[in-house]
Amino acid sequence: MELIINGHRKQVEIEPDTPLLWVLRDELGMTGTKYGCGLAQCGACTVLVDGQATRSCVTPVEAVVGAAVTTIEAVSDDPVGREVVEAWVRHQVPQCGYCQSGQVMTATALLKQSDKPSEEEIAAAMVNLCRCGTYNAIAAAVRDVAGVKS
Amino acid sequence: MMMRRLAPHGGPLPDQPAKLSRRGFLGAGAGALVLSVALPIGNARAQAARIVPGTRVSAFLEIRPDNKVMFRSPFIEGGQGIFTAMAQIVGEELDVNPAQFIVECAPPGPDYLLTMGARFTGGSMSVRMSYDTLRRLGAAARLMLIQAAAQRLGVPAASLSTKPGQVIHASSGRTLDYGAVAAAAAKLPVPSDAPLRSGADFRWIGKPVARLDVLEKSTGQARYSIDLSVEGMLHAAVQHAPRLGLEPASLTNEADVRAMPGVHSIHRLPGAVAVLANSWWRARRAVETLTVTWAEPAGAIVMPANFSSQAHRSKLKTTQGDGIAFETEGDVAAGLRGAARVVEATYEAPHLAHGQLEPPSALARFNKDGTLDLWLPNQAPEMFQAAAAKVAGLTPERVFIHSPILGGFFGRHFLYASANPFPQAILLSKAAGRPVKLIWSREEEFLRDALRPMGVARFRAGPDDAGLPVAMSAVAVGEGATGRWYGRQPGKVDSSAVEGIAGKPYAIPHRRVGQIHVDDPAVIGFWRSVGHSMNDFFYETFFDEMADAGGQDPLVLRQRLLAHSPRHLTLLDAVVDLSGGWRRGPFQATDGSRRARGVAMASPFGSEAAAIAEVSLRSGEVVVHDIWVAIDPGRIVNPAIVEAQINSAVALGLSTTLLEEVVYADGQPQARNFDGYPILPPDRMPRVHLRIIESGAAMGGIGEPGLPAVPPAVTNATSVLAGRRIRSLPLSKAGLT
Repeated sequence: MELIINGHRKQVEIEPDTPLLWVLRDELGMTGTKYGCGLAQCGACTVLVDGQATRSCVTPVEAVVGAAVTTIEAVSDDPVGREVVEAWVRHQVPQCGYCQSGQVMTATALLKQSDKPSEEEIAAAMVNLCRCGTYNAIAAAVRDVAGVKS
Repeated sequence: MMMRRLAPHGGPLPDQPAKLSRRGFLGAGAGALVLSVALPIGNARAQAARIVPGTRVSAFLEIRPDNKVMFRSPFIEGGQGIFTAMAQIVGEELDVNPAQFIVECAPPGPDYLLTMGARFTGGSMSVRMSYDTLRRLGAAARLMLIQAAAQRLGVPAASLSTKPGQVIHASSGRTLDYGAVAAAAAKLPVPSDAPLRSGADFRWIGKPVARLDVLEKSTGQARYSIDLSVEGMLHAAVQHAPRLGLEPASLTNEADVRAMPGVHSIHRLPGAVAVLANSWWRARRAVETLTVTWAEPAGAIVMPANFSSQAHRSKLKTTQGDGIAFETEGDVAAGLRGAARVVEATYEAPHLAHGQLEPPSALARFNKDGTLDLWLPNQAPEMFQAAAAKVAGLTPERVFIHSPILGGFFGRHFLYASANPFPQAILLSKAAGRPVKLIWSREEEFLRDALRPMGVARFRAGPDDAGLPVAMSAVAVGEGATGRWYGRQPGKVDSSAVEGIAGKPYAIPHRRVGQIHVDDPAVIGFWRSVGHSMNDFFYETFFDEMADAGGQDPLVLRQRLLAHSPRHLTLLDAVVDLSGGWRRGPFQATDGSRRARGVAMASPFGSEAAAIAEVSLRSGEVVVHDIWVAIDPGRIVNPAIVEAQINSAVALGLSTTLLEEVVYADGQPQARNFDGYPILPPDRMPRVHLRIIESGAAMGGIGEPGLPAVPPAVTNATSVLAGRRIRSLPLSKAGLT
């Protein structure tokens, strides 16, 4: 089947119910998107599918045929994504870093849909887990890009 | 051993895996080096015996022509910021901006045994154990560069100085980049008398230097063990026995599974079955499709089929006695007899999972020369090397351990029999004759994690007529992780079982801390702050009961019992000041909610910490609004990283306070993923406020010490709101309304 990943067309021969996550990681060698739980609990596997934050560990690859998939590898190609990454660096967000691909992609989806999200919208969108507890730094970075005063 | 990995530099090693590069360093071009030499392999053992850890500059540093510095860290980076701290410490003395550093975890070797004669990343020890040594190392390297520059320029070394990355000859205005003289410097002997920079002149130590890895971790470029691949590699997934100790007896649908897409082979392993396939998802789907009958081998030690958390908790709580004394002062029995009253309580804390977000993995590759390369998450490369060598049937120097950064650890990646995937990866690679990367699914991880032990503590204390405690007896019941893995001496208390009940600074004239050992049927391990993770909860919440029994305010009583210790009084004053003044409550907040505050202290890993938590209840759920932390680690290297670590420790401590509990029933953990084992989500993270006190005392740890005071501070506040003492975690089980 043909996928559109970060603007490039990719051919993959795979069972259609394979989770997108494992197509990215094992078939395409794109390991920036992380496996954490496989149950859409933690959000480490978040990618954008037509701009929507999507948990790739429970998304069958056949469901994204024809859709534009954006992964962390291309986040800096997007102007909003670049701003998010810059805020992540400015606020020194990551600790172990393992969840941060998903956090950055989730924040990018939010800020692409609404350049001035409210505190409530930020809280509703930023629900990914971080075992290192970088939550306050994540919130500060998102507010920074959104121009929200905490 | 290490020599093979240390040379030659500037190009891929002949057997370097095709898809792996030594991050950033390969591709630099030939002749890149260097302050680096290799030991001849034949002399390795003899040389190793003569090496003083932390002194051989060439084992740690490479300076490239472009002035980038590669540092081989004795410690692994897992989020605690140690790679940046290493660059700050070494860079300060070497006179190189830490931003110019590339840091990797060093391979096994005698140079890196800087943790009490061994090497591990744990116990919040990395900086405090290596700080002086690595400053001297950086200073020695700088002097070698100066000496090499003196020869090059034909001037006395004394006429030269440095600025970041350059040797300067001030009188002629000439400069030489470090990279230009590094090769010559490498040939010089390592001086032992290099001058150290004065603390007043520090530019990077003690400053909030930016972390080296933030950009790559924000853009998905950081590579963890789970991300690695090598040419010809097969993917492996396992299905473990539901109870530890069971063995696979029969597989009823082997042929069907072998016919599934991408499947290479099916394997029986000790306590597990495995499938090798051409992708991990296919391997996982196949191994989970296998129908396995599990058998209990005669005489094997297994997780009992009737083991339950509830039964073990009852056993701990009903085990009577005072145990073996660990800490004794005065005469507790006499003290209690003389007290105005006696207050007694029993506390308990559950098993906990590590829940690091990167599931464990291991990548094994046997090379043509019979050596083994192993990439795996680990906190102790030499220990893993020795263990892997046994599994592989090789001598340790023929096993090359690679230690990628860790996607969280919190104690998860020590050597725990049955809890590390690498023995399986080695056996599978050997069986298949190909490299194998094994990943444990989150479900297999929950089945085989090495848990924080379950613990119980019984207290008795006697306040006098004025409400001051004259005597306290504490008995910890359970098992410590240190004794489990490093040998328990009969008749002796494992300090990891009592730390945080013992070692408290309060002046109580008669006191005794004892321990009763009861085997924990679960596989237990080290978990961030180890014994302190529960014992300070036990002690500091009982402290408030004791204060209440004597009619004392818990903060005032702490201050009175610490009157002898200016360091602790300063710490308490700092946390109270940071929180805007002490008020226990209940009080009404501006949003109308009814709130209370709790205070607690801890003395973990060489540091001193105090925390105040402000809490309300909403529909029976504990809401933690703010946590104020004051910490005195003596001296620090990076205040920004300290702040990040305190946030992290607060989050993990709070997660266990509110939510976490591993529940066993019928010998099996009931939760196999985060849906059944919730961890702190973002909307329950409080504001965190920090004051760092650099008292100048001996340097303490940072990674763990922020945690132990959090559970008791939150629980003390919650008990005020509930109007009853809460003696068990997590609070989600406390039946609050």
